[in-house]
Amino acid sequence: MSNSSSVLVEVLSRNFEEAEPPLSKQEALDEANRCLFCYDAPCIQACPTGIDIPNFIKKIASGNLLGSSKTIMTANPVGASCARVCPTEELCEGACVLNHSTKPIMIGNLQRYATDWAINNEATLFEAGKTNGKRVAIIGGGPGGLSAARELARMGYKVTIFEAEKEAGGLNTYGIVSFRLPQKISYWEVNQVKSLNVEIKTNTKVGTDILPSEILENYDSVLLAIGMSSVPNLGIEGEELNGVHDAIQFVKNTKTESISDQFIGKKAVVIGAGNTAIDAATCSVRLGAENVKILYRRTKDEMTAYDFEYEFAKQDGVEFRWLTAPKKIIGDQEGNVIGIECIKMILSEAGEDGRKRPLALEGSEFVLEVDAVIKAIGQSRYIDLIEQFNISHEDGVVTIDPLTHQTSNEKVFACGDVIFGKGQGEAMVVSAAQQGKESAYAIHRKLSPKAIETA
Amino acid sequence: MADLRTNIAGIESPNPFWLASAPPTNSGYQVQRAFEAGWGGAVWKTLGDPILNVSSRFAAVSFNGQKVAGFNNIELITDRPLEVNLKEIYETKKRFPNHAIIASLMVEPRQEAWHEIVKRVEEVGVDGLELNFGCPHGMAERGMGAASGQVPALVEQQTYWVKEVAKTPVIVKLTPNITDITATAEAAVNGGADAISMINTINSLAGVDLNSWNTIPHVGGKGAHGGYCGPAVKPIALNMVGECARNSRINVPISGIGGISNWQDAAEFMLMGSTSVQVCTAAMHHGFRIVEDMIDGLNNYLDEKGISSVKEIIGKSVPKYSDWGDLDLNYKVVANINNEVCINCNKCHIACEDTSHQCIDMLTDSNGNKMLKVREEDCVGCNLCSIVCPVDGAIDMIELPNELVPMTWNERQHAVGAVACEIDIASK
Repeated sequence: MSNSSSVLVEVLSRNFEEAEPPLSKQEALDEANRCLFCYDAPCIQACPTGIDIPNFIKKIASGNLLGSSKTIMTANPVGASCARVCPTEELCEGACVLNHSTKPIMIGNLQRYATDWAINNEATLFEAGKTNGKRVAIIGGGPGGLSAARELARMGYKVTIFEAEKEAGGLNTYGIVSFRLPQKISYWEVNQVKSLNVEIKTNTKVGTDILPSEILENYDSVLLAIGMSSVPNLGIEGEELNGVHDAIQFVKNTKTESISDQFIGKKAVVIGAGNTAIDAATCSVRLGAENVKILYRRTKDEMTAYDFEYEFAKQDGVEFRWLTAPKKIIGDQEGNVIGIECIKMILSEAGEDGRKRPLALEGSEFVLEVDAVIKAIGQSRYIDLIEQFNISHEDGVVTIDPLTHQTSNEKVFACGDVIFGKGQGEAMVVSAAQQGKESAYAIHRKLSPKAIETA
Repeated sequence: MADLRTNIAGIESPNPFWLASAPPTNSGYQVQRAFEAGWGGAVWKTLGDPILNVSSRFAAVSFNGQKVAGFNNIELITDRPLEVNLKEIYETKKRFPNHAIIASLMVEPRQEAWHEIVKRVEEVGVDGLELNFGCPHGMAERGMGAASGQVPALVEQQTYWVKEVAKTPVIVKLTPNITDITATAEAAVNGGADAISMINTINSLAGVDLNSWNTIPHVGGKGAHGGYCGPAVKPIALNMVGECARNSRINVPISGIGGISNWQDAAEFMLMGSTSVQVCTAAMHHGFRIVEDMIDGLNNYLDEKGISSVKEIIGKSVPKYSDWGDLDLNYKVVANINNEVCINCNKCHIACEDTSHQCIDMLTDSNGNKMLKVREEDCVGCNLCSIVCPVDGAIDMIELPNELVPMTWNERQHAVGAVACEIDIASK
């Protein structure tokens, strides 16, 4: 790498530092004092993990930051990450009663303030429970798995997490852009769980490094928290070309490898308009791309990205091309992407399911000159692994009893993205955290029925 | 434009807003700045034998992030030579002949001492005198300030000594650190006071530092009680003003002091019987410029009410201030929640449920919306819900029509006594 490019990389790296500054102490106090301390507060009801929000805010106001962070982390074992990635406008802040009088409390930022305190002060928030001799295996060390592990460890279980990646944390470590969620936050949450004597076997791919049958045999219960897999193929010509990326992998590279200078001055398109597409687009901008467009075959109204993500992307200068579908990726003789052929779409009248279908507008094809194409049209499922556990699923969405998170194998429970879809659940980190807790309690009820009765 | 000119016991000022005797009136420079800003008068920081002050003098109480809800000081009277103060008073009066300058005085309780200081300050042209019988700290330990002010006989005696020689009106400033302020107010009147002012500061300790366990403030690790003032003391002061104003034996004008921070506070004090008001903490918090809104706001209030002179509001609420035994037991208000305005914070519910009379229900209406409703038959009209409600207009306290004829406790006891008497007579 030349000297000038190393300077460039340094500049680009700064683009990946956390974008939003933390609240100052004074800002946090002012904001905390503005909270009404509602009774039966709607923000609590709107939080999937049911954090006692007025209480943690009151504790910030009183200077009890240890208590505040503990209130948060008790309800949500990945509460430091959620402070940064939760769609708060849709959840707690959207429910704040002050929406009807002044402006809602910055709950997410206050949650970050309190958890940052715990991180910076290396606070010990939880202890492992008295060992009860029972063993639980958790497949996947993402938000759902960590959350379940934390609760099980507090109840005295010997928990082992099997994690395919080099580090635990799942999406929080690898999938959410670092300028929104730095890795160190995720690592802190992982270490919180580890400190409760939870064993995390990283670089351990279940199905390859250890067989599901072996796990089923050696543990009293198993929790499947494996999330989702890579982005599926678009099913068009040219996907094998150099410069075609999987959005999940693309974001992961920005968090795990040194920042690349290959995007400087390049043109990129992102296919899809979900939150991952936004992440890929804003990462591209921050890698120095000259022009970044999001192509979506429907319109803004059907887009699944949150409003604040959409605004964030626009701030970054990302362009949106609605009603535009990719038809063919064009490469040069060396096999590098040089363009993408698109076709304009129109939306049909709403069908029986109420959804408008995109229909290709014949003859509207056009070509965009691009150097990179990033696919962000959803994620495929780990169907093979699910089938190795021999449990029921529907296209990779594991079927569970919604009350107990139990799968068709009574010894196996499931939570997080692996149960998301087919009208089941939400794909938010905070939902996975709650499901992890619920799974832990269900496992506890199954393995220690007496303990529950006397609890 | 309403007439804001004020005359208290013959002391005239362009408006009723005076700076109280305190750090803001320590020097000619400050008082002249204050007059330039619009203050109608100033009570010069107390003159007496110069003292020594300590370092680390003030402390304040914050409430939920709001600074200076209450203010505490251990500063004593002026620490500058009397000659310097007198020279500056003279210069200031010369520059601002229409503004009131009142000399606050405190000397040891001896006739000669009072005679001497009165003569010296009147020589330089003050408009009046204010006797400091209120300072609760430091000076009280030497028999002055509140130590004098807590003993009615001493108040009367010293006021009398001052009146023996004073040519200008004498205001006696009273301490609130006493069970019944009307006792010392009456003593001042008996001593010949032309006016009284209240309240001086209340004995206080602002706080304790949770890390060092020192008092707040502390002087090299040691603390002593100070005097409390600022917004937090306003209700205490207002009651004392009201108690004196409605007492027929205290027939002199009152200069109201205690937590007055804006024109609204000032108007309340005047309605409750103050002829002028004195301000300190608000100026210390924000500077002299706050008087601009005090004047402007009071003027607009009077104009809006169609009142031509501020003098017309003085004491207008006094007849409404009475004893508990004169309150109508059959008067009834109940809470009414306006669900259109309510934001459903449920603070009224939990306040009522936990700490009052359990009469606000959390319900769900036919559309599934949450709503709060008062069970009127159980509501005692305590006002708590409307007090904790964060949204203006969400809870109204509604007057119910009187079902019974008005009856006060005193009337009731009188009637019960009369009936008992008849039974007594009948049984004999």
